[in-house]
Amino acid sequence: MTPASRRLVEIVLTIAAPLLLIASWEALSRSGTIDRRLWPPPSTLWGTTVELLRDGSLLTDVRVSLGRILVGFVLGAVPAIMFGLAMGLFWPVRAFLMPIATVIYAIPKIAIAPLVLIVFGTGETSKYVVVGLSIFFLVLLNTMAGVLAIDRSYRDVARNFGAGPLDLFLSVALPGALPSIFTGLRLGLGFALVVIVGTEFIDADQGIGRFIYQSYSILAINKMFVGLLVTGLMGWLLNAAIGVLERLVIPWKVAG
Amino acid sequence: MGRPIAGSLGPVQGLSLAPARPLSPVRRRAPGASVNVVDVGRRFEGATGPVDAIAHVHLSVAPGEFCVIVGPSGCGKTTLLRIVAGLEAATSGRVDVSGDAGRPRNAMVFQGRSVFPWLTVRQNVGYGLKLRGVPRRERERRADALLATVGLARFARSYPHQLSEGMRQRVAIARALAVDPDLLLMDEPFGALDEQTRLLLQEELLRIWENTGTTVLFVTHSIDEAMVLADRIVVMGAQPGTVKAVLPVPFSRPRALTDVRSDAAFAPLFAQIWGMLREEVLASRADIRQVRA
Ligand SMILES: Nc1ncnc2c1ncn2[C@@H]1O[C@H](COP(=O)(O)OP(=O)(O)OP(=O)(O)O)[C@@H](O)[C@H]1O
Ligand SMILES: [Mg+2]
Repeated sequence: MTPASRRLVEIVLTIAAPLLLIASWEALSRSGTIDRRLWPPPSTLWGTTVELLRDGSLLTDVRVSLGRILVGFVLGAVPAIMFGLAMGLFWPVRAFLMPIATVIYAIPKIAIAPLVLIVFGTGETSKYVVVGLSIFFLVLLNTMAGVLAIDRSYRDVARNFGAGPLDLFLSVALPGALPSIFTGLRLGLGFALVVIVGTEFIDADQGIGRFIYQSYSILAINKMFVGLLVTGLMGWLLNAAIGVLERLVIPWKVAG
Repeated sequence: MGRPIAGSLGPVQGLSLAPARPLSPVRRRAPGASVNVVDVGRRFEGATGPVDAIAHVHLSVAPGEFCVIVGPSGCGKTTLLRIVAGLEAATSGRVDVSGDAGRPRNAMVFQGRSVFPWLTVRQNVGYGLKLRGVPRRERERRADALLATVGLARFARSYPHQLSEGMRQRVAIARALAVDPDLLLMDEPFGALDEQTRLLLQEELLRIWENTGTTVLFVTHSIDEAMVLADRIVVMGAQPGTVKAVLPVPFSRPRALTDVRSDAAFAPLFAQIWGMLREEVLASRADIRQVRA
């Protein structure tokens, strides 16, 4: 098979899968093989989407949730990278922080949401904190692992040229750990979406999680499906954004 | 005499050896550092108790000298270089490195991977200058001049992963030269290279050294390489690593690689060094056999 024809088959297969899924869903739902009330035909979802887009509420919910994720992301990731670098570079810092970090890392962050809501109240702050927490420990440990994986010779080169601790930090540890940091950020964004939707289930007057939960409580199945679809799109968008950022920040990363 | 032998080798990987090209941009004002290693030892805590990597090492290198260390694998060559570089402390003895400006400046070319993957070739070469606070334009000017000497001018904006191993090694050498060191420490810099690139770089290094007058302490496994480059060859023995012999190399300067290899003194000197190394290697083999038995 030539590369060109292989590419063509690849594209056809890629498009075929969702089309096939939607088509059979549509057919099964229309014929009544599956319960129409639980599995409304995809064609009717289109109308619901247009309706929701027109009154603007859905977009507001998306914007609110994305805003919470972004603010929480920055709040969590920036200190995580700083502490992670320190833990990777200096063994006493590592010894001091490692036990706490590994234990809290192991707690599913959604389980902390109720506590955070009590401590920080039901406003926006608690949402930022929950997202920040879910990202912090992932990025922290990935950053540390990234620094530890940097070949010793790079540090030696820097020291040989007279690098001080700050130079080591900025010119070796940070760039050397970047690929690993981005692994943490990518995973963290995925978790952030999970956690924000969950938190909005518990308590929120806006957000995509609240949208889905509200649809559930009034049994608006169509709206629920639209909410799920939109959440999926948000996840895809976030992933694409971090991919773009990664290519900007790590132009030297070997492709593949 | 010192003319490159481009005709017999041909250009390899963009490294042109046109004899008319201007020589190294690094011109020294003062002779290089002198090195005095006095009774130096380094003990590591190994898995089976303490191990003396090197013990009672004495060595002095004159300003501007090209000194080459050969020895069997594991005899402590890297350890010695790291101690001289100040990257590691000796457990006994002392090392004096005197430069021209009070504070001695050495630059090391490391064994294996050392070019920063996250910096471009030009940034890599300018790295040491950046740490010294040299302004960016001056840094780039110097880096570009050095890249031209090692035949990598076209690759200034490339990242290391886009280069071959031999080209990366040239970047590492240019980076060390960029800070105009009084002492150049080189740990098997050509070890991972193919024969042709190795020959070209040996020649390139000799030319640069002849122009800068810096002191060089150079480690290699290759007896041939040692003889081609060195003013004096230090033969080290293993377990623990010590200086077995220091042999002056008689070939005149400036040197051409082909002249050296066809010199009447070449074969006897080779045989003499190999004789010493052979004993060392066999001794360490015997040791391994005893451990296994
Ligand atoms: N950090 C360390 N911890 C423990 N032992 C070490 C350490 N570094 C070196 N050694 C030991 O010291 C001895 C000398 O090592 P060194 O790397 O200096 O040898 P070398 O002569 O450079 O070898 P090669 O030619 O293979 O590069 C070896 O036996 C090695 O196991
Ligand atoms: Mg070594």
